[in-house]
Amino acid sequence: MSQDTATRVLEVEGLRRAFGGLVAVNDLGFAVGQGEIMGLLGPNGSGKTTALNLISGVLHPDAGAIRLMGRNIAGLASYRIARLGLARTFQLVRVLDGMDCRENIKAGLAFQKPHLPAAEAEDRIDALLDRVGLAGHDRRPAADLTYIDRKRLELARALAAKPQLLLLDEWLAGLNPSELTIGIELIRSLKADGITIVLVEHVMSAVRALCDRCIVMSSGRKIAEGATADVLSDAAVVKAYLGGVAADA
Amino acid sequence: MSARVAGFGFLALAAIALLALVPRLGNAYYLALAISLLQYTVLATAWGMFSGPTRYVSLATTAFFGVGAYTVAVLGEILPWPLVLLIAAALGAVVAAIVGLSTLRLSGVYFVIFTFGLTELIRQLVVWFEVNKSRVLGRYVFVDITQADIYWQLLGLAAAVFLLGWLIARSRLGFALRVIGEDETVAKHCGINTTFAKVALFTISATVMTLVGAIMAPRWTYIEPSIAFNSMISFQVLIMALLGGAHRLWGPVLGAVPLTLLFELLSARFPNTFTIILGCIFLLIVYMLPRGVAGLFEKRSTTPGGKTTQRVAA
Ligand SMILES: Nc1ncnc2c1ncn2[C@@H]1O[C@H](COP(=O)(O)OP(=O)(O)OP(=O)(O)O)[C@@H](O)[C@H]1O
Ligand SMILES: [Mg+2]
Repeated sequence: MSQDTATRVLEVEGLRRAFGGLVAVNDLGFAVGQGEIMGLLGPNGSGKTTALNLISGVLHPDAGAIRLMGRNIAGLASYRIARLGLARTFQLVRVLDGMDCRENIKAGLAFQKPHLPAAEAEDRIDALLDRVGLAGHDRRPAADLTYIDRKRLELARALAAKPQLLLLDEWLAGLNPSELTIGIELIRSLKADGITIVLVEHVMSAVRALCDRCIVMSSGRKIAEGATADVLSDAAVVKAYLGGVAADA
Repeated sequence: MSARVAGFGFLALAAIALLALVPRLGNAYYLALAISLLQYTVLATAWGMFSGPTRYVSLATTAFFGVGAYTVAVLGEILPWPLVLLIAAALGAVVAAIVGLSTLRLSGVYFVIFTFGLTELIRQLVVWFEVNKSRVLGRYVFVDITQADIYWQLLGLAAAVFLLGWLIARSRLGFALRVIGEDETVAKHCGINTTFAKVALFTISATVMTLVGAIMAPRWTYIEPSIAFNSMISFQVLIMALLGGAHRLWGPVLGAVPLTLLFELLSARFPNTFTIILGCIFLLIVYMLPRGVAGLFEKRSTTPGGKTTQRVAA
């Protein structure tokens, strides 16, 4: 599927990052169009999280370009990238344990420019608590939340900044089947809001349900790209996953 | 809410007015003790302002205190007193900003070691300069400042520090520092310029410490680098702030007051074993009161350190 440059939210070209002798991301390139959900798949250790870390500025690339809405952000400090409209969640969920749910979400929006008026910020926090299913928990310390609620809170914090691009690193991992259904619906509703999403995921049913397109990585390289159904039946992809994670979770 | 703030402000003013009367008691011993109490209260509170929310442990208190004291030793007789204080504060701020910019990217243990080394570095620089350039090691401080003046200045500084700390805690900067203390990676992804926030608070805290050093300097008539840069101050302030609880603005004072009294007693009674006792007290505090005295007053404590509750996806 070809993308008009004007509608590309994220464009990655020739991205590379090595840790010592290990090339975790090797010549990676792809583009994500406005409102699209792009799946980023691959066996354990194939470089998915590293790719997200490079895009969000946790790590600086050795080479390559990363364009967020046309602007090269490669090597930019992560707080600047965040202010340009990128938000993310983490593979190992990270919430602010010493703060309550309301403050956690506030952290997501308080440092975006221009600053929101206080009343508007409070309204947005209420709406987000409601949206991720944490209504009524606003004064609850994040440390007391269950695993899924921590994930919800982390997502709400990411959404608080009204991001253009959202990077989700296995946000659906570890959920039970009914939680998974709720989670998938939630992500689908984000797409309906026009948020562009890069979804790193091992849960294949979720990938099928959500992703417009997918790329598959193996040992740092992109080995397949295309419409989700095509990619998942690709022989090279099936082979890369053999002995890795189960093809369906 | 604002009625509470007003009530509290009124109480604080009343307390300051009462405390301002201490020199009128005319008892030199009590005044000296009160000066010590205020000195450590301000130092520990300033320490907690930065280290409490960010959880960076700084041993640079002595470095800034010494810069302040030495500024007075050099300029005290030449320039008017307010100007001397201003220059001391500016010097402290500049040193802090440089140190902050170069070290606050480091994390945890490297920062501790660096700040400890910094004190020694500045002390050696001063010694080198005095020996090789000005050819004096040790200076007499003849300024027209009485003990009561020292006390009042410290009291004013203490009031300013609490007001400043209260304002910062309510500000976006204060919130940013709490987020940084919780999780620096998350802070960055929330759009917080973490380096700026940390350097800003480190600088504010260090400027206050420098001012304490400058205000205290006239207490000694003779100053040399080993007096001004006595690294024991760094450790005492650290212990006080931790005992009181550095995560609250009013925490460190709860540690500063009892420990100043205790140290006063111990250093008089056991001058030789004082440092050993200090070490033991430190260990006890860390084991028995991980959240400090302030932690005892809190209704419910969320998991200290927080991250332990994290569960890992299957
Ligand atoms: N900070 C780091 N330092 C050294 N090596 C790293 C670092 N981060 C990742 N790696 C290595 O890079 C490779 C890719 O890791 P990455 O976490 O990106 O994989 P992944 O595709 O996200 O895997 P998973 O599905 O298990 O999350 C792995 O071999 C990993 O050990
Ligand atoms: Mg990963």
